[in-house]
Amino acid sequence: MNWSNLFKISLKALSNNKMRAFLTMLGIIIGVAAVITMIALGQGAKKNIQDEISGMGSNMIMIHPGGERRGGVRLDPSEMQTLKESDYEVLRKENLFLAGISPNVSMSGQLVSGNSNYPSSVSGVGTDYIAIRQLNVAEGEMFTETDIRKSAKVCVIGTTIVDNLFPDGSNPIGRIIRLNQVPLKVIGILESKGYNSMGMDQDDIVLVPYTTVMKRFRAIDYLEGIFASAITEDMTDLATADIEEILRRQHKLKDSDPDDFMIRTQQELSEILNTTTNLLTTLLACIAGISLLVGGIGIMNIMYVSVTERTREIGLRMSVGARGIDILVQFLIEAILISITGGILGILLGCGASAAVRWLGNWPVAIQPWSVILSFLVCTFTGVFFGWYPAKKAAALDPIDALRYE
Amino acid sequence: MGKTVIELQGIRRDFIVGDETVHALRGVSFSISEGEFVTIMGSSGSGKSTLLNILGCLDTPTAGEYYLDGISVRKMSKNKRAILRNRKIGFVFQNYNLLAKTTAIENVELPLMYNADISSAERRQRAIAALQSVGLGDRMEHKSNQMSGGQMQRVAIARALVNNPAVILADEATGNLDTRTSFEILVLFQKLHAEGRTIIFVTHNPDISSYSSRNIRLMDGHVIEDTVNTDILSAEKTLAELPANEDD
Ligand SMILES: Nc1ncnc2c1ncn2[C@@H]1O[C@H](COP(=O)(O)OP(=O)(O)OP(=O)(O)O)[C@@H](O)[C@H]1O
Ligand SMILES: [Mg+2]
Repeated sequence: MNWSNLFKISLKALSNNKMRAFLTMLGIIIGVAAVITMIALGQGAKKNIQDEISGMGSNMIMIHPGGERRGGVRLDPSEMQTLKESDYEVLRKENLFLAGISPNVSMSGQLVSGNSNYPSSVSGVGTDYIAIRQLNVAEGEMFTETDIRKSAKVCVIGTTIVDNLFPDGSNPIGRIIRLNQVPLKVIGILESKGYNSMGMDQDDIVLVPYTTVMKRFRAIDYLEGIFASAITEDMTDLATADIEEILRRQHKLKDSDPDDFMIRTQQELSEILNTTTNLLTTLLACIAGISLLVGGIGIMNIMYVSVTERTREIGLRMSVGARGIDILVQFLIEAILISITGGILGILLGCGASAAVRWLGNWPVAIQPWSVILSFLVCTFTGVFFGWYPAKKAAALDPIDALRYE
Repeated sequence: MGKTVIELQGIRRDFIVGDETVHALRGVSFSISEGEFVTIMGSSGSGKSTLLNILGCLDTPTAGEYYLDGISVRKMSKNKRAILRNRKIGFVFQNYNLLAKTTAIENVELPLMYNADISSAERRQRAIAALQSVGLGDRMEHKSNQMSGGQMQRVAIARALVNNPAVILADEATGNLDTRTSFEILVLFQKLHAEGRTIIFVTHNPDISSYSSRNIRLMDGHVIEDTVNTDILSAEKTLAELPANEDD
């Protein structure tokens, strides 16, 4: 085989028809780039949400007062007060599957420090709370069981609070801030977690012993919720069953009574979110598939339109002695050069577009190697096939028929 | 006379159009020896092009035997026939059939591109020689669309010459050209003939027959006349006697 000459012939044919080569390439570039970008967007969103869920603690179990809510029925306030501190204590003592457990009561109010003030919501929690929510204390320390017993006037705050109450950059540890006139001593600062995918600031957080909120601020004797975490993710179901049993016993519910509390696990939440992101990914994959199809049709079109012209060229080449195989090799080289160049440009464009979306749109993207490979293969295959197929048909003709083709 | 280059035995070519069969050639037999300049004439539709395409291995006969240089073409594979076209045949088309957007020299080099035995240096040198022999030594880098019809036909002739073929086939090579240019081309063919090449020249123009050494006339796919011309006119002389172009 006369490779070097055929290679020269192919290069020459390509450079003589730059527009055709470019248009064919464009189909491939767009197809590949669209698939890569779309999949990167979808997967980025999904990964982001998954990270966040596991960041929140995938073993987490949330217990809320009140039974299973029936759509649109307003609940009696007493129904919302079924969880008591004693429930928490019994659960803490008896449930073997829990790594940590913390009550939760919340309130909102104005935080004041010197001239600065900032409206925030405050969580009254137990000592296990930071472990359950996978928070870390960056400076100072978390309050202790003693603080809880004494309903101590102490708090641990997030960096957003720090920035707003201490804009001068002074060290907040040991300083007093006021919440609705009550002085609280700052004993710890939490590590920053940034915004979550819903755009919520996870550093806008104030933790106070739950007893302090219950007694000193709100004067209530019930809990708004209990957060817990199973020892491992696999034990979540066991822990949930155990919690249900203990709480039913504690609340003296008869077998026929419905639960007067509600247990939610992080797993359920992540399943819901996963369904949503999967839908998003599917949608983007569909758009990408359509782009691929449109790109493919573009390639087909330009190749098909040039068949007449190229069939004559093939006839002419055969009339001066090109064999069928020479023609096929020439067209294959052309198609491969176009497709691979287009494919590579498409990959570059796709990765560039993904990066641009990440920097400009602040959208999480995760480029998937499989999408790069798949789209590259599909487009190059389409390009090579539609470059080769008309050539194969034309090369099978007698030269005179190819020359007369119209 | 030299050795036989072409021998046809009962060549038939039928075209099937719809459910009708067109008999373009109905049993053509003749042989052509080395160094002959044969004109093939006949009215439109008499089968001249069909015959020439078969001679050029561009088309396959429905029946009959065709020996080129003693080898039966009918029994050959497609690839062998391609090699035959590449090494033994030079074909000149009425409509030139040059590669578009391609320079004269590259067009002439084309047949040699498909011959792996020829180095690129030799290819170039032979293409230059062929272009010079048709008087286009100064137009080598011109593209197909930057030349006149006569020039394009010369490029096509140079391309037909470049592989040093056993036979040169020309189908109405002057059909698209004015009288003067036609005679210039004819001068070229006579020169090739004088160099000892075998030429088969299809034409409509009865005048041209007197510049060749033999004349075959076709009618309805049959050979009806086959005469040797002993009194060959010189195209060069005729060209000199032609009135000069107005703008010359
Ligand atoms: N590809 C084809 N399909 C069907 N019929 C054909 C084909 N090629 C030629 N013919 C028929 O064969 C006959 C001979 O055609 P050919 O082209 O050989 O004529 P010709 O002598 O070259 O005529 P002209 O002087 O007009 O070029 C014509 O009747 C033509 O219609
Ligand atoms: Mg004809």
